[in-house]
Amino acid sequence: MLVSILEPALGLIIWQLVIFGILFFLLAKFAWKPIMGALQEREASIEDALSLAAKTRQEITDLKAGNEQLIAEARAERDRVLKEAKEAGDAMIAQAKADAQKAGADEIEKARAAFNQERANAVAALRKETATLSLEIAEKVLRNQLSDRTAQENLVTSLLADAKLN
Amino acid sequence: MKKVYFSNIFAFLFLISSTLFAQEHHADSTAEHVTTEAISTETTAHAEGEGHGEEAEAFNPGKMMLEHIADEHEWHFATVGHTHYSIPLPCIVWNKGGLKLFSSNRFKDEHHENNASYEGLKLEEGKIIAEDGSFVLDLSITKNVASLLISLVLLVSIFFTIAKSYKERSGKAPKGLQSLFEPIIVFIRDEVAKQNIGEKHYKRFTPYLLTVFFFIWFNNMLGLLPGSANVTGNIAITLVLALIAFFVTNLNGKSTYWGHIFAMPGVPKWLLILLTPVEIIGVFMKPISLMIRLFANITAGHLILLSLIAIIFIFKSLGVAAIAVPFSVFMNLIEILVAFLQAFIFTVLTSTYIGSAVEEGHH
Repeated sequence: MLVSILEPALGLIIWQLVIFGILFFLLAKFAWKPIMGALQEREASIEDALSLAAKTRQEITDLKAGNEQLIAEARAERDRVLKEAKEAGDAMIAQAKADAQKAGADEIEKARAAFNQERANAVAALRKETATLSLEIAEKVLRNQLSDRTAQENLVTSLLADAKLN
Repeated sequence: MKKVYFSNIFAFLFLISSTLFAQEHHADSTAEHVTTEAISTETTAHAEGEGHGEEAEAFNPGKMMLEHIADEHEWHFATVGHTHYSIPLPCIVWNKGGLKLFSSNRFKDEHHENNASYEGLKLEEGKIIAEDGSFVLDLSITKNVASLLISLVLLVSIFFTIAKSYKERSGKAPKGLQSLFEPIIVFIRDEVAKQNIGEKHYKRFTPYLLTVFFFIWFNNMLGLLPGSANVTGNIAITLVLALIAFFVTNLNGKSTYWGHIFAMPGVPKWLLILLTPVEIIGVFMKPISLMIRLFANITAGHLILLSLIAIIFIFKSLGVAAIAVPFSVFMNLIEILVAFLQAFIFTVLTSTYIGSAVEEGHH
């Protein structure tokens, strides 16, 4: 009896070959093939989804970094514009100041020139007035002195002497 | 298989369901006709009390256990008293140039024991032999063949259903049977096939490995059912599985594989005289080890269970039963683990053999 257990029966070997063969054929063709295909398909789709998610995450990170950079740039731009405006304002004020100073100086100069002119005119007029006054005085004095005959003759003589000398 | 064990626990349930096949038989029991099946009368509390002493004398635990492990030409479930509960199976026999087809009931004598001869054929120790000693090719649907057919139907219907749900639920998460088997399928594919055969070749062998794994696992589990056949504990079955593994491995052998067998690289020439025969023996030892490992593990598990039950009938003591019954329940749980483990080991080893055969040279 023990031997019969260790002794493979030919009929059972044949049946097992046939049945296992049928089982393998059926399962391989109608079960494993679609199952493996579906599993692979699903794994591929999951992998795709995961890689897409990673890509999106990277994109968001990039976008955030881009935004930060943009903000920093805008801030720098603002600072620069403000600085420039301040500089321009300062320059404008300085310019205006300089212009005003120059204009003031010009005015003063003009006033001085006009004053000098006026003074010169006044001096000239005064001088002319003085000369006229002096002549009138001299005329009067001369008229007074030449009222007698002798004084007249003396004068003519002296004048003639002078003329001769020329 | 495990008729007594079965009757111990499930006798009542079975009695109700199987009366259809019952053959009422109340012949006088004679010493040589008392087989171990008769012992089940003792185990079932509601069995008739007659003939206790006689049957106990005839109890032969070794014979009982070997009968439970061996294949048979009828599907025998239980014997209660002198009533056999069994399904006759068709006998297909090639003898003297002719094919004979008949029911295994033809071998029954008037006592419903398998002692009758039919058309010059008779049953001897579970085998059909010709009375005149001529060659007999027994292609009968034995208990194991019937069990194989049941497992074939079971496996095909389960995995076809799963394949269908993969088609219907393409791209969606697995559900039901599909989600029960998917981790195992993926495990065999990734951790067994891909791991041992390699990225390049594993796809070719995955269907074979999956079939082997599920065939062994299902048949191991079916073998644990009370009253079922001991398929994977039959050496003819494991022989065929090992033979297939042998051919799959060696027909796919690459030059590196044969190079390692006939001229192990990096070994002094004189040593090859010793090493090459060892390697050639190894080629055959690998499938032989597969065959014996599965056969021995499953058979041993069944023998332990049967021994634990037989011990009750040897000592005929309730105290022994109180120890043996919980212990046999524990053994049955271990056997469920072994059923998976042996299927897994067979598949892993087959895949490593294939892996070594298809491996490309890397020296």
